[in-house]
Amino acid sequence: MEAAAPNYFLIIGGVLFVMLNVAAALIWIERRMLALWQDRYGPNRAGPFGLLIIAADSLKLFFKQDWTPPFADKPVFVLAPAIVVVSVLLSFVVIPFAPGIIVADLNIGLLFFLAMSSMGAYSIILGGWASNNKYSLLGAMRGAAQMISYEVFMGLALMGVVLMAGSFNLREIVEAQSGLWFFIPQILGFVIFFIAGIAETHRLPLDIPEAESELIAGFHSEYSGMKFGMFFIGEYMGITLISCMVVTLYFGGWLGPDFLPPIVWFIIKVAAFLMIFILLRASMPRPRYDQLMEFGWKILLPLTLLNLMVTAAVVLWLEG
Amino acid sequence: MENNSSTLLQLQTRYGEDTFTQQTTKDEMLTLWVPMDKIVDVLTFLKKEVTEPFKLLFDLTAIDERTKNRGANHVPKSSFTLVYHLFSFTRNEFIRLKVGLVGDFPTAPSISSLWANANWYEREVYDMFGIRFSGHPHMSRILMPRTWVGHPLRKEHPARATEMGPFQLYDDKVDLEQAALKFNPEEWGLQRQSDDSDFMFLNIGPQHPGTHGVLRIILQLDGEDIVDAIPDIGFHHRGAEKMGERQSWHTYIPYTDRIDYLGGVMNNLAYLQGVEKLAGIEVPERVKYIRVMLCELFRIASHLVWYGTFAQDIGQLSPVFYMFSDREKIFDIIEGICGGRMHPNWFRIGGVAQDLPKGWEALVQSFIDYFPKRLKEYDNMVMKNSIFKARTVGIGIFTLEEAIEWGVTGPNLRACGMDWDFRKKRPYSGYEMFDFEVPTASNGDCYDRAIVRVAEMRQSLRIVEQCLKNMPDGPFKSDHPLTTPPVKKNTMHDIETLITHFLGVSWGPVIPAGEAMSCIEATKGANGYYLTSDGNTSPYRVRIRTPSFPHMQMLPYISKGYTVADLLSILGAMDYVLADIDR
Repeated sequence: MEAAAPNYFLIIGGVLFVMLNVAAALIWIERRMLALWQDRYGPNRAGPFGLLIIAADSLKLFFKQDWTPPFADKPVFVLAPAIVVVSVLLSFVVIPFAPGIIVADLNIGLLFFLAMSSMGAYSIILGGWASNNKYSLLGAMRGAAQMISYEVFMGLALMGVVLMAGSFNLREIVEAQSGLWFFIPQILGFVIFFIAGIAETHRLPLDIPEAESELIAGFHSEYSGMKFGMFFIGEYMGITLISCMVVTLYFGGWLGPDFLPPIVWFIIKVAAFLMIFILLRASMPRPRYDQLMEFGWKILLPLTLLNLMVTAAVVLWLEG
Repeated sequence: MENNSSTLLQLQTRYGEDTFTQQTTKDEMLTLWVPMDKIVDVLTFLKKEVTEPFKLLFDLTAIDERTKNRGANHVPKSSFTLVYHLFSFTRNEFIRLKVGLVGDFPTAPSISSLWANANWYEREVYDMFGIRFSGHPHMSRILMPRTWVGHPLRKEHPARATEMGPFQLYDDKVDLEQAALKFNPEEWGLQRQSDDSDFMFLNIGPQHPGTHGVLRIILQLDGEDIVDAIPDIGFHHRGAEKMGERQSWHTYIPYTDRIDYLGGVMNNLAYLQGVEKLAGIEVPERVKYIRVMLCELFRIASHLVWYGTFAQDIGQLSPVFYMFSDREKIFDIIEGICGGRMHPNWFRIGGVAQDLPKGWEALVQSFIDYFPKRLKEYDNMVMKNSIFKARTVGIGIFTLEEAIEWGVTGPNLRACGMDWDFRKKRPYSGYEMFDFEVPTASNGDCYDRAIVRVAEMRQSLRIVEQCLKNMPDGPFKSDHPLTTPPVKKNTMHDIETLITHFLGVSWGPVIPAGEAMSCIEATKGANGYYLTSDGNTSPYRVRIRTPSFPHMQMLPYISKGYTVADLLSILGAMDYVLADIDR
């Protein structure tokens, strides 16, 4: 395995590099796309098509005063934004981008992803709590409840896929879709997973922990400079991660007609879902916190369980 | 006028002939001086016992009479006058009651237990005049900072910085101001805990993305549920009423633009209706049409801002951009006609500043063709959106009785099911010539308030269209001598016109002594200017009754028991601007 080692580091480096850059590029993409849908120009001055706004934005974040409020709980306040970035980045470890391009081909890849996304909830709770600000606290409270609840449906929705593929290994799940992409038999699971994914990444319409018009910026009201930048980047990597997972689990991952290499198919599919995330933000209002909870526990939970039972029954029947 | 005398008769049979002194005013409103010891009784009678009662406390204010040139007007002598304006929907009639107060810092009986909305009005009178109200539950300043010295609308209080000493911020003043900023729940009548929970106090504003301006709301929260909400206003107070007392009748017009800053020339109209009543000016037909057209365009513009920001409060990011670009199209028309955009300052005493420019028809026509399609699109995008409905239906409900009790007017009142529109019921500026409907809704919740406003935009567009089709020819200014600036064409022919013109341009017009109140259906509700002239080049007292003030006063009453997120729906649906509250 001597020869494989450099290749391995190349993949890790590559994934890290690409993901951080995708997150940065999403700043520009989101602002341009939102502007397009909202009848305005968006950033169009710096560089061709305003592309240099990415550099400008990153520089701005790095050079802003990195202020920790005197009333904050300092160690936790610093730790919180790091958690979100680390947990999301670690999740990318198990994503099969194409045959052979995967950092760790874990046989419990899916569980690893769920574990990591649960970690993300800590950053909201700790960040909101350590800020010692009432708006942050309200945001953190909402965020905790929202993320923990939606994790339940997320996990249960995925079980349908696991039943069909017979594996927790994401590469095997993709390979199992060579005949039929799972979003057809698992359409319900896909929809629920996607909604839960929006809730997990707390993006509009489910940006209740932030809720700009109510809570100013919710759990990260007190953050500035690169600490805020971590939340910012964490959010963009979060939606990239959810898009990657949706593609891997329901849309056949890298699979696609032969005229394009697998990695390109993967990128195209992920990009399409990123656009949906942005379009959602442009078009939907935000439900109230208790309405979101009600929707989750009273509608999504029974539906997920139903989906799981029907899938299990069909799988058993086919095998039997 | 027949009705007026019947009210007087009823009052006289009950309280005796000599109790009331009648005063004639230019607006032909029944105006009665009432002795102070009888006023609460009389008001109670008018609100509760008289047939077809006066349910709405339209306005409550005061006048500092001490420096007034009283002239020949035989009215009781007093140093301060309290003025109550009541309105009866069933009679479609105003009544004005006045109470003369003697002494430099008099006290009057409070009527805050009689009308819910009297509470803030009385605090305002206290803040501005130093008149105390006995029996008021919370007699404290409302618009001025708590550390302010003096009462601004008293005549001895300076009106401009040059009349005051240089401002110096000594250390002890800093300490005093800092101490005044400290939040102490007990001062606001809030408890820190109940039997089973500790409350959290959340300070929303004055800088907060959801308050649409410098409004501060102190929330008493139990979890996310609102136990109490107290609006703290006054951050946008610019002393518009005080400024009226040193501006000439003519130069005050631009100040009115900035009261309801989304209503633009609509504010000019409210003020000028009062001035023209005082001066006895009848404006030509063309002026009426031009005024109505611009007012309705501004109504649409104002409602568009409300529409977009309301959707944004609910979390919808895009509509506000579409609506602001539509508003831009209206501003293109306004700019073409007036040259200005938000504050065109376009109406004049007895007319408008200039005639309509060539080609205005094409501008207006293109907007009339363009806008209905967009409204339909917005219906699909906002009004029919299920999340939007979930956030607004059944939220912030008040009934018709509660609305009247709290002095609610305009679309918020019509959302409770009453088709009361001053344009229809008491037509002014020629609104009787137009064919339009008064949209109403029935539930009085946030969603219904939205329905009414959206429907109003369509009706306003109809009015604009009728203006376009039927615009009469004729002068754009009345040839009354008090028209300002006066019509120039005769000045070189006879000396009398030349003198009037010269005085009108140099001093500004001298408006004959008297008083008048105007009331128009502004973008947000009933806007009234109560003007008192003692025969001078500037008003003796300008009282601006704005719709947002009583609306905001109602906030605690309608937001209790809802959550923080609902508070934003309620605020958004209320449609207020801070300048309209604080003046």
